[in-house]
Amino acid sequence: MEALSPRQAEARPERAAADEPAHLTRADRVELLRAMLLMRAIEARALTLYRQGRVPGSFYDGFGQEAVSVGAAFALGPRDRLCPLHRDLGAHLVRGVETTRILAQYMGRASGVTGGRDGNVHFGDPSVGVMGMVSMLPDMMCVATGMAMAFKLRGEARVALTWFGDGATSRGDFHEAMNWAGVQRLPVVFVLENNQFAYSTPLEKQFAVDPVERARVYGFPGVTVDGNDAEAVFQAVRVARERALAGEGPTLVEAVTMRMHGHAAHDDMRYVPPQLLAEWAARDPIERQERRVAALGVDVEALRAEVDAEVEAAAAEALAAPLPDPADATRGVFAEGAPQPLGDGRAPWSGFAPAEAPA
Amino acid sequence: MATMTYLEAISDALREEMRADERVFVMGEDVGAFGGAFKVTDGFVEEFGEARVIDTPLAEAAIVGAAVGAAVVGMRPVCEMQFADFVACGFDQLINVAGKTHYRFGLAVPLVVRLPSGGGFSGGPFHSQSPEAWFMHAPGLKVVAPSTPADAKGLLTAAIRDPNPVVFLEHKHLYRRVKGEVPAGAYETPMTARIAREGSDLTVIAYGAMVHAALEATADLDGASVEVLDLRSLVPLDEQAILASVAKTSKVVIVDEANETCAAGAQVAALIAERAFEQLDGPIRRVATPDVPIPFSPPLEQATIPSVERIRDACRDLLDY
Repeated sequence: MEALSPRQAEARPERAAADEPAHLTRADRVELLRAMLLMRAIEARALTLYRQGRVPGSFYDGFGQEAVSVGAAFALGPRDRLCPLHRDLGAHLVRGVETTRILAQYMGRASGVTGGRDGNVHFGDPSVGVMGMVSMLPDMMCVATGMAMAFKLRGEARVALTWFGDGATSRGDFHEAMNWAGVQRLPVVFVLENNQFAYSTPLEKQFAVDPVERARVYGFPGVTVDGNDAEAVFQAVRVARERALAGEGPTLVEAVTMRMHGHAAHDDMRYVPPQLLAEWAARDPIERQERRVAALGVDVEALRAEVDAEVEAAAAEALAAPLPDPADATRGVFAEGAPQPLGDGRAPWSGFAPAEAPA
Repeated sequence: MATMTYLEAISDALREEMRADERVFVMGEDVGAFGGAFKVTDGFVEEFGEARVIDTPLAEAAIVGAAVGAAVVGMRPVCEMQFADFVACGFDQLINVAGKTHYRFGLAVPLVVRLPSGGGFSGGPFHSQSPEAWFMHAPGLKVVAPSTPADAKGLLTAAIRDPNPVVFLEHKHLYRRVKGEVPAGAYETPMTARIAREGSDLTVIAYGAMVHAALEATADLDGASVEVLDLRSLVPLDEQAILASVAKTSKVVIVDEANETCAAGAQVAALIAERAFEQLDGPIRRVATPDVPIPFSPPLEQATIPSVERIRDACRDLLDY
């Protein structure tokens, strides 16, 4: 199998409708754009900080994949729970994590989400219902499955959602989670972020059959959606969530997209054909959403300026934040006292107000 | 107080906690209708229903991973590995997800993984291991290993109520072989060491099934007064109790059923060498399983797992030092 070109992705028969605006108000559509703009601006700023030596280690971004995390997270309710991947900064933004804490996180500052204990997008803010990822992929598929199992056990109308990449579908945890969720018909949404490459490994070296087709044999549907269309991703996840809430079990949503940068900042991507990048560049998810929103009469330039100003102010604040106290390195390995489970997060979609607001 | 086997005490703790706290549930392979490979959860489906006594697919990584997911949304999962050996298949979820989460972003992961461990009954290389040291080396996991029915109940209760992931080693060879008085009702045994027998000439430090071997080996040792210290918990390790006993006896034999290299006893030996060197009146002696897989055939297995005789010989040698 060759790496999917944009044309092939669009030719998929299961593909959800890309330009169906049902369920999305004008404010929703602007919010989708705003979250994607914010994700890109934060990551662009962080990349500069990395090149300036302000971000230790390496830096991983989701440039070109903004629609996947933003669109999927936008379909989730406040009491739903999320396990994002390292190219899913948009999910954290939709849930309400502050920009300055994210930039401080990248720079290993004490005010970052993990206080310097972990780097880049390896974080989750428990207070907004987000569990941080680990680097072993796709471990969080099993974790999300367990969350969904707990929701079902308690009879709660909630779902868990996790993202993972095309490479992660080769590991056993993919099978264990898909099988378990199918057997128990759990309210979980699996979002396969197919960005054509696992580090340098293309799809044809990863699997003989597209993983979305495996969903059926685990007993639930797999749908392919244009991962560069935030509204299409939203719609696919919205449908998957409703299905889960109705007790009909999991859904695998394959969002076909392209990793437009290297695996990390140190990766020059020499293994990616320039032609492929050019094709995908023409389908930028932010430009697409900008065209839609501009057609609604929204001043897109003003929105961009507003987002850029927010990121600049946040960067200044993060740069001024202290590094962690070395004495903190050995603290906090164990929890003490009554555990505080994951909390409810921001759920800006108009469809949630007010029926599914937090109790 | 009732007299119970070690196995019955474990069941009793689980049952009491499930009755008292609806967040507690059990899952694993064959734990439901069948009641577990060793019958620890026999009758649980009838009392608590299939929703809280979950027969899972054969999927150790997903068992541990799902337990993490359930824990972080407010449950108290207790998972059973059918044999401790099988936790190797769920190792990554335990080490990288369960163990590191609280340190990374302050999210507690209260779960228990029950590991039927140990050998002595021809289980062979995949049903006889004592893998506790793997988890002692992984930050963020607590590791407990009771030797008596009363401690099995109290430590399991403590593990379920702990806000951290706890690896609970229950020794298969003790399940039905060891009986003892077990208090009624719920109680927690602290994750500290216990003096199994007071003594003044020599200390034997052990845990799990080796506590019983140590007691037997030193019950009548040419009139010597031998203290047996039952660690009960490996993480946290009760350093004060270890050092106090060494200060009292000046001679130490450390017994591990686990493979010798980097076993729990190696950590105990390092602690004593570093912090109690001046109190010693002889070299620290270790008795452990050599670094081989646990073999199947009885003469081979008996040649590996520390026997009463090997422990006795080591104690005699050290007493004569």
